[in-house]
Formats: sequence, structure tokens, C-alpha cells
Amino acid sequence: MSKVIGSVLITGGGIGGIQAALDLANSGYYVYMVEKTPSIGGVMSQLDKTFPTNDCSMCIMSPKLVEVGRHINIKLVTLAEIQDVQGEKGNFKVKIFQQARYVDMDKCIACGVCSEKCPIKVDDLYNKSLAKRKAIYVPYPQSVPLKFSIDPRYCLKLTKGKCGLCEKVCPSGAINYDDKDKTFSINVGSIILASGFSAYDPSGKLNYAYDNNPDVVTSIEFERLLSASGPNKGHIIRISDYNEPKKIAWLQCVGSRDTNTCENSHCSSVCCMYAIKQAIIAKEHDPGLECAIFYMDMRTHGKGFENCYNEAKDKYGIKFIRCKVHSVIPNGTAEKGQLINYIHEESGQYQSDIFDIVVLSVGMEISEGEKKFAKKIGIELTLNGFCKTETFNPVATTKKGIFVCGAFQGPKDIPQTVIEAGSAALCAGVSLVEGRNTLNKTVIIPEEKNISGDRPRIGVFVCHCGINIGNVIDVPAVRDFASDLPFVEHVADNIYSCSQDTQDTITNLIKEKNLNRVIVAACTPRTHDPLFQETLLNAGLNKYLFEMVNIRNHGSWVHKNYPEAATQKAKDLVRMAVAKVAQLLPLKEARLNINQSALVIGGGISGMAAAKGLADQGYKVNLIEHESKLGGTANHLYQTAKGESVEKGLLKMIHDTKNHENIHTYFNAEIKQVNGFVGNFETKIVSDRSSETISSGVTIIATGASELKPEEYLYGKSPNIITSLELDRKLKEDKDTLNKINCAVFIQCVGSREPERPYCSRICCTHSIAGALHLKKLNPHMNIFILYRDIRTYGEKEILYQQAREKGVIFIRYNVDNKPKVTKVQNGLKIEVTDHILQTPVTIKADLLTLATSIVPAKNEQLSQFFKIPVNDDGFFAEAHVKLAPSDFATDGVFLCGLAHYPKPIDESIAQAQAAASSATRLLVQKTINTSGTVAIVNPSFCSSCGVCISVCPFNAPAFAEEGQNSGKSEINPVLCKGCGVCVASCRSGALHLKGFEESQIMAMIECA
Amino acid sequence: MAEYEPKIITFLCNWCSYGAADLAGVSRFQYPPNMRIIRVPCSGRITPKMILYSLKNGFDGVWVSGCHPGDCHYISGNYYARRKFILLKNMIEFMGIEKNRLHFSWISSAEGVKFAQVANEVIKQVKILGPSKYFDKHTGGAYVR
Repeated sequence: MSKVIGSVLITGGGIGGIQAALDLANSGYYVYMVEKTPSIGGVMSQLDKTFPTNDCSMCIMSPKLVEVGRHINIKLVTLAEIQDVQGEKGNFKVKIFQQARYVDMDKCIACGVCSEKCPIKVDDLYNKSLAKRKAIYVPYPQSVPLKFSIDPRYCLKLTKGKCGLCEKVCPSGAINYDDKDKTFSINVGSIILASGFSAYDPSGKLNYAYDNNPDVVTSIEFERLLSASGPNKGHIIRISDYNEPKKIAWLQCVGSRDTNTCENSHCSSVCCMYAIKQAIIAKEHDPGLECAIFYMDMRTHGKGFENCYNEAKDKYGIKFIRCKVHSVIPNGTAEKGQLINYIHEESGQYQSDIFDIVVLSVGMEISEGEKKFAKKIGIELTLNGFCKTETFNPVATTKKGIFVCGAFQGPKDIPQTVIEAGSAALCAGVSLVEGRNTLNKTVIIPEEKNISGDRPRIGVFVCHCGINIGNVIDVPAVRDFASDLPFVEHVADNIYSCSQDTQDTITNLIKEKNLNRVIVAACTPRTHDPLFQETLLNAGLNKYLFEMVNIRNHGSWVHKNYPEAATQKAKDLVRMAVAKVAQLLPLKEARLNINQSALVIGGGISGMAAAKGLADQGYKVNLIEHESKLGGTANHLYQTAKGESVEKGLLKMIHDTKNHENIHTYFNAEIKQVNGFVGNFETKIVSDRSSETISSGVTIIATGASELKPEEYLYGKSPNIITSLELDRKLKEDKDTLNKINCAVFIQCVGSREPERPYCSRICCTHSIAGALHLKKLNPHMNIFILYRDIRTYGEKEILYQQAREKGVIFIRYNVDNKPKVTKVQNGLKIEVTDHILQTPVTIKADLLTLATSIVPAKNEQLSQFFKIPVNDDGFFAEAHVKLAPSDFATDGVFLCGLAHYPKPIDESIAQAQAAASSATRLLVQKTINTSGTVAIVNPSFCSSCGVCISVCPFNAPAFAEEGQNSGKSEINPVLCKGCGVCVASCRSGALHLKGFEESQIMAMIECA
Repeated sequence: MAEYEPKIITFLCNWCSYGAADLAGVSRFQYPPNMRIIRVPCSGRITPKMILYSLKNGFDGVWVSGCHPGDCHYISGNYYARRKFILLKNMIEFMGIEKNRLHFSWISSAEGVKFAQVANEVIKQVKILGPSKYFDKHTGGAYVR
């Protein structure tokens, strides 16, 4: 085979694809991202908020969108699809079909004039057809790439040869009606499938009354209704008459767990949580609103989900009604509304209610097109059309060198998608390690000019932004005004300051006129700072000698009725910026070397997977385990949910770990002390061999969790009462005794979802059902009862639940206020429970009782202090961000995986371990890191050693100097400082300064505002 | 005579409220051009001195906006800001300056609508009070009663 190609192709530009692309592009590979639509962002970009924290979806996502859009090592191929894949691992040839965009991406400056003038209005699919867009459009305002495209199905010019307005009005000549669809091939080393899911379409299913009924909406449509950027600006209305709704119902499991109206036997995993989220947000919009969620089992099995569910019930008063509603009936009378008939759970009575809006919580499925494509390239799928993977290799498809992440692998939420994206990026990277740094590009920066002692020479560039600024603000007047300000050496106005040619002009002017500070009055620094700073760097100027003045987003766009006052405001803002910029100094970024090795704490499945992920790339890994053997909790497990032997998989992992030349394992190890920070951790450990200090650039926490030994249900009082892990041991070692059992009972949620431990342990339902199936296999005549609260077999694990019912396992639901009672009787156990259908107590005589006890975190307090990583209320480690950084900590250089994060099955643990390794790789490959120049510093001669800065800083950046002439005075570690300035504002001695936001600079701005 | 237009200095934190102002722009939510915006990394960076200095320099009102409590990009900066501003507001009143010249709000980067609403509200409130007469810019910002 020829050489390994150092590039990866990713299909799908949703959050999974984005995360995988960033991980790979930041660790030495070139990435092609192939996206079907004109813009990346996927479904997450359409969401209003994300559960369980109700973060604004677009806000947390848009920095990632921008990073992908600007990344030198990511090539976006939009409006494109893969047609064929040839070749093998390390060298694939991929045939891509790309639709014509009819807009030249290099010329389009996204001013939007074309769209404004376009006479054709069509359904806006981004807003689920609840709004209209033009035939020339961007899907949403934050789109990446922010370039318009013409929809050829509707464009008058392309369909009828008439109109041509957009070409006439486009100020940059970007419209190209002659653009053609094209097909081309590229060679890549690996492929990641991140094509996501299709939402189930309830059209045509009469029982949901969805067709031609604007008041029955799907959950994605409702998401757009809730969104502030949606068709109704976040104001919830009943679409049929624009009245505010008083009652909203959510119907769960529409297109999931349903083999009658559709063929989807899986659970979609996310619908329960998003329905709760939507109900809470709707309630926040209007506290008087009545919200009801009709469900079968409430599946809130993720981190923080159960809390959110409890809050929804207790704090928000959302009604949860356990009933699978058969149909929605539009109210026949003059009164609008949708009639829902249901059975009241406790009374067993038939009831009816009328709702203004009915939201169908639609599930995830894989489109026929995707399934066909997968088959074509030789990838096996599961029963429900998701990509087939193995538990011990959770992101590898059945074809070598092709990996998968996100909903195409199985229904899942955003954090799990992000975890798998990291995992897929790691696996793809490991498979191409020889090709690393062969195709990626690096930016070459000229040497920085020394400007110290020079008088300020400021260049001011005022932007017209096409007509975006110029049509309200008198740009030439602002330019002329600036020329009279102190220290201003050069002024100019540009049609588009951000265009590549203007960048070149600015670079030349800086050199030619010897400018040493630059101001651009244009749009917002939040999106454009990096661009102009790059221009400064290219001209040999320190990038901190720059300031943007926002005269578009804060000017022309919001003051269109006040052109004169807006021009005055623009002038004032420019004067303020000049006053500040004159005082700016070049800032230095601290550069740190990163120790090229890793420390992994915990030798269970997660720890070993993370260690292998890094060691396979050539990094030295020290793995420390507090017990005398590897494997952790997995040593006690029998089989995975997919029926694979855990022992077999585990033995292979242990073998790989022990025999890996780059992994060094310490047993019976304990951490005594941790010093240092990202790039240079020094961890003192004592192990069975010695006590020593391990240096590492990164640290991965994989300390696991354990099974609760319960104090209820007579546990420990009878050999017939065991925990789930103890049942697994019997299944492994003692099948004969299990064979003889006539009746086995499982009790779920032992110690979970109770006030003491409010979280759901996620895996116990699946584990017990799998256990019941094993028992049924041993002895098909065995009577098996599972006493549960909600069955949470999420994703395709739902199929096990189905099988168990088919095999005759009896499920009895109990209420937490009326738990089963266990008593010892002769020859066994007596278990009393109230049957939820009969509403009468039943007694089961059992030979074996298995308690599905909760998973409790290890004692993490000390580790938490050592690495300054937080622990949540339940005792699990708290990640940097629940949605988008599930395997990272807020503390740089420390990563998280496995049960230490939250209870999870083996496949998810391995995926997260690989994701943590991927995050660690991103850091290690850089070899050095620069910290920001915007940091606080101390003037020790003013410092009174009061310690306020130390107490207010959330990042532990300030500390008292321990030696030297400033000993006892505060000192700020620029590596830890994030530059918020809280300490500066709190210093009562005026000893602290925030570089780039000095008090004198802000005061100067105030003075001349 | 043209209607009196107050001048209001506005401190916005980079991560939330500045983003909200940007979004208000993207969404074309209109408000009058009375604000002079200063971008700071965090509302916790702003000192009472800056606010007093703004009043001294002839501004009729000051508006500070940060991330919602719990959403601070720097974890806790906005809490420190909140404490300082509550005290400052009381002190301003004690000095005999109308409380309503100072406005504090929490606006996330997704709340473009709210930004425009609060901007309009702040302008309205300060307008009611009329020009600030306590500091005279022409006498070097001396406090006048």
C-alpha cells in the first residue's frame, strides 16, 4: 500500500463533525468537511436552548462555528455529498458531488443586499417552514461560511431567465448565474461519518392530526417558535390565530419506541429531556401557561437530568401524565384547540383535555438515503439503521479506517455526540499517525517590530461595509474627523475593510507610513478582532496595538432613523478609541513548553483506553492505579448490552496496556502532592515500588466509581439477596445454582433517584434487563419480575426491553412512596409490591432478589483540591461545559473520562476516554502554548499585601511571592490569569493593572467620549 | 428647541452584553444613539471610580451590563460587580444624585431584543431626570449642589 495520507474527510457539519474537525485540525491533520447544506451548524444551530442548563444554543456554538470557518487546516465543502469511496485505511479516494452555489464565495461579503432585493419568497427550512426566506439566502445570520447562495429551484433567473436583480445590486460582483454543479475526487487517509439524524416526520399519520393543522407542531418547529431568533422572535403563539396559548401538551415517543405507526423500535434518548426543557422555557415565557407532558417512561438518565425533571415537576408545576396518547383530535366546535383523550394513571379513569398547542416529541431516525450510502460503501447498520459498532471500539465502523460519531452511531444528545467526535478524531488520528504534520499548513509570521520609545502613529480605517454603514453614517465625515485627532497619521475609508485586498492595503500602509497603532471602525471585534490582528502580525506589529470601533452593529444598524446623531456617535467612538490606542503598549504572550507526556489516574477501562490513545501516538504515559490490578469495575461484569463478553474485551485491554512500550503502570499508587499547571504538572506518588515525582504535560482523571452496597431490602441478611455486580459474578462462575431458580426478582433504583442520591445511575435498567434475559436463557421457565420506577433503556437498548417482555419477564412499576417490601420466609423470600395496573398489592415468592443499586463516585475531594477541579453536588467531577466540553475541565491541561464524570456503560466510557485523549493530544502536539497578553500584573511597590486579589480570583492566578525582594507581595501567574480584571477592580492600593484594559486607558476614553 | 438628548456612557462585558448589542444590530432592533459604549472583559473589571469619573465628565447617565448571574465567562466576576454597584447606587443617592442615573442590567449574548429594550428604557429614565447638573465639565468637573 502506498503512504498514509495525513488528511481526514468528515461528512456532516453538525456539532459532531465540527468537534471532530477541530480536534484533528488542531493536532496536525488536514480536514475536509463535506456538508449538504450551504452552511454548517446542523440541528444544534436550530435549537433555542440546550438542556439541562438551558444555555443558549447558538451562543455556545458560534465560537466553534467561527473557528471552523477560519481554520487554516479545515476546508469546508458545502452543498456537497459523497458519492463514492474507494481504497482502504490510510488512503481513500472519495468522489464528491457539489451543487452550484451561483455566488462566488471569495467575492461575497454577505451584505445581504441581494436577499433584500430578491423578489422570490419561499419556505424557510431552517425555520421549519414557519417563516419565509428569499431565493438567495443564508440559512441563519451566524451561518458559516457567511456567504449567500441561490436556491436554483426558485430563482427566477435560473428557472425562467428573468429578473437578475441580485446581480445588478451586488456591490462586489459575486453573483455567477453560470456556476455549474461539479464532481471531483480527493484523497484522504481516513473518514469520519457525522451525518447525524433526520427527525421523524409525522406527516401522513392521521392519528397525530399534524397535516394541515398549524397547532400541532413537531418539537423542532416548537424549538424555532421558542427561539428569540425564530420566526416569532421567541414569542409563543398559537399559529392558527396568533393568540397566546394557555395550555400546551407534549406527546412523547412520536416516531420512537413505536413499531405500529412506524418501524422505529429504538428510543431516541433525547426527547424526554428536550420536552422538559421546552416546557420549562415556555413556562418562563408565560408563568400562567399550563404544560403537560404525556409519556411512557420518563428517561432522564443523564448528568443533571433528574434534577431538571424534579424541578420541572416541583418548581415549575409542569404536569407529567403517564399515558401513551393514541391520537390528537382537532376540536370540532367553534372553540379552537386539540382534544386529547387519556387514561388517568391512578384512578384508571378515561379523561379528556383540550390544548391550544400540541407538540409532537419526534424521534431520531436515519434517512433512507444515508442507509443506502452506508451500504454502498460497505458499512453495516443495526436493525434501526444506525451505524453498527462494537462496545470495545465504539466509534469504529465495520470498515477499517472509517469512523462514526453522533446520532448516526445511535440516538444521542449533544454531550455524547461531542464525546464521540473526540473519540472518532482520536481514532482517525491514531490510524494516520505517520501522516501527521504532512499536509497541514502553518502560518508564517514576520518578526515583530520594536516600537518602544516611538511616538504613537495611529492609522484609522473607517469602513462603509458596502452600504451597511455608509447608508446611515457619513463615513467620509468620520474619516475627516479622525484625521484631526492627536497622533493620527493616516486615515482612509474602505468599502469593505475585511476583504482580503483591504487587508493587504493595510499591511502595506503600516509599513509605508510607519504606523504603530491601528484602529478599524467597522463591525464588531467579537468576530473581526482576530482577522485584523492577523493583519497587524503580517505587518510586523504586535497584535495588541489594535482597537476596533463598532459603528455597524452598535451604529448604523440600530440607529437608522438618526443619521446625524449616529454619525456624531461614530465620531465620539473613534475619538475614544484614539485616546485609548495612543496609550496601548505591545503585550507579550507568555510561552510555555509542554512536557510531552501524560499522567492517567485510574487503571480501569477508561484509564486504559485513554492511556492507549495517547501511547499509540508516541506519547509516554504514566498510568497510576490504586489497586493491585488493572480493570477496575469491569472485572466484575459479565456481558455488555450487545452481548459481548466483558472478560474477553478487558483481557485484551489489559494485555495491550501492560505490553505497550509507551505505557508505564504503577500499582497500589497514591497521590501525595500535585504542583504545576498545564504543560508542566509535577505529581508526587507513592506506589508499591517506590515514591517518586511524575512530570507530565497533561493529566487525565479516570478514577471511576463503585457500586453502592445498600442498607435496605434486607441486603446482607440473606445469601439470596445480591447486587447487580454479584449477579454478574454468579453468571460468570456459578451458572448451576442460577439454573435451579424458579423465580427471580429485580428491584430497580436502589439508592438512586432518592433525596440522598437524586441522580439516575443510567445503566441499571439495561443491566437488569440484560441479566433477566441471561437467566431466561439458562432456564426459560424461570419466573422473572422486574420492579421499576421508569425503564430507561435509552437508544437501541430499548430492543432488550422488548425482548424481555416477549420472553415473559414481568415488569411491575412501583412508586417511590410505596416501595416493595422484602421479608425472609422459609426457602426463600417474600416480596410485596403494589401492581400499577391492578392497583392492588401482590406477593411474589422469590428465590433470588437482585438489587440494582446506584453507582457512587469515588471520594474525589483530595484530587479535586490537588488539580483545582470542581466536584458537583453528587460527588462526580464537574466538566468544563456540560454540552460542549464534557471531557475537559475548566482547569487547562486536565481532562476527564469514565465513571468519574457520571455513570455510563463501557462503550460510552471508552468513547469518553478517547475524547479526553483527543483533547490532551490537541494540547500536546502544539509543544508550546501561548497565554493571552491581556493579563493582570502587580506593581509590587504599591501592593499592601491585603490578599483581596487572591481571594477574588476564581483561577488562582494571584499568590503571595515567597521569595525575592517582593516576597510577601502579590504576584500574578500570567499563565493562569484569564484577564477578567476582577482583581484589578478590587485592588484597594492601585497596585494591579490589567494590560490592554488599563484604568488610564478607560479613563482616557471616558474623558473624550 | 430640539428635545434634550442625554449622553450615557455604557460599559458592556465582552462575552454577554456586548454580544447582545451586536445581536441587536444583526436583528436591526432600533434604539436612539445616546450611548457611548466601552467594551471591558468583564463587568467585574469596572470600578466605582470609572462610574463616578463618567458623571464627573458630564455624562448624564451610566449603564453597566454584564452576564446573567451564574453565566459569567469568568465564573464570578459579575457577582463582584453586582455587590459594588448596589453599594454605589446607595452612595450616589446619599450624595444627592438621582439613583436613576445609574443602570445595571444582565443581558446574555442571545438577548438582542432585551438589549434594545433596556437601552430604550435607560434613555427614557435618564431623559426624565434631565441634564446632570451636579458636575460641571467646564470647571474641571467640580461637584455642584
